[in-house]
Amino acid sequence: MERKHFAVAGFTGLIVAIQLATRITGTEYFLTQLTMTAYYSLVIVGLCMLIGYAGQISLGHAGFFAIGGYVTAFLTTWDLKSNHGAFVSLLERSGALVSRQDVYGGNLLTVHPWLACVSAILLTVVVAYLVGGPVLKLKGHYLAMATLGIGIIVYRIVLGTEFLGASDGISEVPGFPLPGGLVVTGDSSLRISNYYLAWGVVILGMVLLLNLIHSRVGRALAALHGAEDAAEAMGIPTARYKLHTFVLSAVFASLAGVLLTHFNGGIGPSEAGVMKSVRYVAIVAIGGMANLWGALSMSLVLNYLSLRGYFGTYDDAVFGAILILIMLFAPDGLLRRHLFSDMKRLFSRDHAGEEAP
Amino acid sequence: MLGGMIAVTLHKLMPLPLAIMSAVVLTMIVGAVIEIVFIRWLDKPSVLRMVIITIGLSILIREIALHIWGESVRALPYFTGSSVSSINLGGVYISSQVLWVVGIGALAVAALTAFFNLTMLGRQMRACAANRDAARLCGIDAKNMVTLSFVLSASIGAIGGCVVCPITYVQYDSGTQLAIKGFTVAILGGLGNSTAAVGAGMILGVLESFSIWVLPTAYKEAISIAILLAILFVKPSGIFGSAEAARLKEF
Repeated sequence: MERKHFAVAGFTGLIVAIQLATRITGTEYFLTQLTMTAYYSLVIVGLCMLIGYAGQISLGHAGFFAIGGYVTAFLTTWDLKSNHGAFVSLLERSGALVSRQDVYGGNLLTVHPWLACVSAILLTVVVAYLVGGPVLKLKGHYLAMATLGIGIIVYRIVLGTEFLGASDGISEVPGFPLPGGLVVTGDSSLRISNYYLAWGVVILGMVLLLNLIHSRVGRALAALHGAEDAAEAMGIPTARYKLHTFVLSAVFASLAGVLLTHFNGGIGPSEAGVMKSVRYVAIVAIGGMANLWGALSMSLVLNYLSLRGYFGTYDDAVFGAILILIMLFAPDGLLRRHLFSDMKRLFSRDHAGEEAP
Repeated sequence: MLGGMIAVTLHKLMPLPLAIMSAVVLTMIVGAVIEIVFIRWLDKPSVLRMVIITIGLSILIREIALHIWGESVRALPYFTGSSVSSINLGGVYISSQVLWVVGIGALAVAALTAFFNLTMLGRQMRACAANRDAARLCGIDAKNMVTLSFVLSASIGAIGGCVVCPITYVQYDSGTQLAIKGFTVAILGGLGNSTAAVGAGMILGVLESFSIWVLPTAYKEAISIAILLAILFVKPSGIFGSAEAARLKEF
C-alpha cells in the first residue's frame, strides 16, 4: 500500500516539476497541450482498467468520449429562450439554467454546465450498459469488431446530425465553473489553474482505480483475466464485473470528453473517429496492458508529442506502427514486459503501481 | 483499395486488362509479404492479437497510400461503354459496369466454391480453419495455409476493388469502410461460406440503400454496422450459418 502512495506522490511531484520547468524556461504555452494531454490520459487510464484488468478490448472508446463531449457541448450552447414550455420554466426556476451573453452580445439561456455534465455522464452510463451487456458476451475478433462498430456508429451520428453541427462540430462552448472560482476554460490567463485542475482529476481517477485494483473487485478481475472459466467456477459473477468495468471506463472517457470540450470551447467529429480509439488502445498497449502508471506516463509523453505536432503528417501512422510493433514483440505491453519483470524480481512482491514514471 | 489504386496508377502505363491483372498480382504479393513479415512467425498468436495487428496494418497501409497517392479521388475507366451509356435489359436500363461487377462477383464465388470443395488445397484450408491442431496432425502445413488464405483474400479484394472502382471511385481511405462492410457480410452469411456471403451482401446492400427512405443519408454508413451489431448480439453464427458449426471453431 505504501508504494502506491509513493507513486501517487511521485507523479504529483512530476506534474508540479513540469509546470515549474515551463515557468523557468518561459514556455508556459506548453501547458495548454499538457492540459489536453491530461484529459486524454483520463480516457487512457479508464481503458487500461478495461483492457489490462478485465481483459476486454474496446476499440470504441472515442465514441464514449464523444458522447460526453457532444452532450455537454449541445446542452450548454442550445438557446432555450425562445422555448417557453413548462419544463423549461421549471428548470429555470430550479436554477438549472444560466443566462449568459454570446460572442455577439446577444443573450442566451442555456443549461448549466453542471447539469449538462451530469446528463452526459448519465447518457454514457445508459449507453454503456445497453451495449455493454451483449457486446461483452463476445470474444476475440467479434468483440473487437463490435466495439469498433459502436465507435463508428457514434462517429456517423455526430457527423450526420444537423443540430450537432455535422462536420463542423459545436463551438463556443462556455467554461465549466467549479467551486472556489475555478473555471475549466482555455483562457490563457487561467492556464496554470487549469493545468493543475486537469491533472488533479487524472490523479483522483488514478487513486480510485488503484484502490479498485487492490480491492475484492480488483482481485476478482485479475482472476477473470487469468482464466474466465475458473473464475466463474469460483463463484465470481464474471459477466457483471466485466460489464461494470466497461461502464466505469466509459464514464472515465465521457468525463474526459466533457472537460476537454469545455476546455477547448468546442468539439468536432474527429474526436469520435476510429483513429482516436485505436490511438487510445495503442497507448495502453505500449504502457503495459495491466499497468496503470505505465499507461499514464506513456499517455503523457505520446499525447503531448502528438498534440504539439511532432509527428507531423505521420501522426496516425506513428500510432499504427506502435500498435503493430507492440503486438508483435511484446503482446503484454512494453513497460510490463521488460522493466516490470526485472523490478518484480528485485522487489519480489507484486505491486501493479510501482512503475513510477 | 490497394488493388484499385494500383490499377489506376498502372493504367497510365499499360492497357486496362493488363493493368488490372498486374494490380491483382501486386496486391497478392503485398498480402503474402504482410503475412510472412507480421503474422507467420508468431507462436500461437491469440485471435485478438492478430486482429489488433491487422487493424494497425490497415492504418499503416492507409497512411502509406495517403503519402503516395495523396487525397485525390481516382477511378478506372468503365470496362466497356462509358459512365453515361447503359444497356436495356427488358425495359430496365443498367450501366454496363454493373453487369461486369455482378458477372465477376459470380465468377469469383463459383471459383471459390469449386476451390474449397473440389481441390485438395481448398479442403486442406478448410480443415485448418475448422481445427488447426487436428489439421496439422494430418500433415497439413497450417502456416502455409494461412499465408495462402491471405494471398487468396488479397487477390479477391483487389479484383473487387478494380471492378467497382469505376462506379464508386477509390481514395486512400476507402478501404476501412469496405473492410467493415466485408466483415459484416461475412458474419451475416456465416464465416467461411462464400455462397451465403453473397446472399448476405445483397441483403445488406438493399437494406442500406433503402434506409435513406427513413433515415438521413448521412446515417447510411452506420446501417451496415448496426446490422453487424444486431447479428453479433442475436446470432453470431450468421443468418445462414449453423450455430453448431460455429461453436466447433476456435475463436
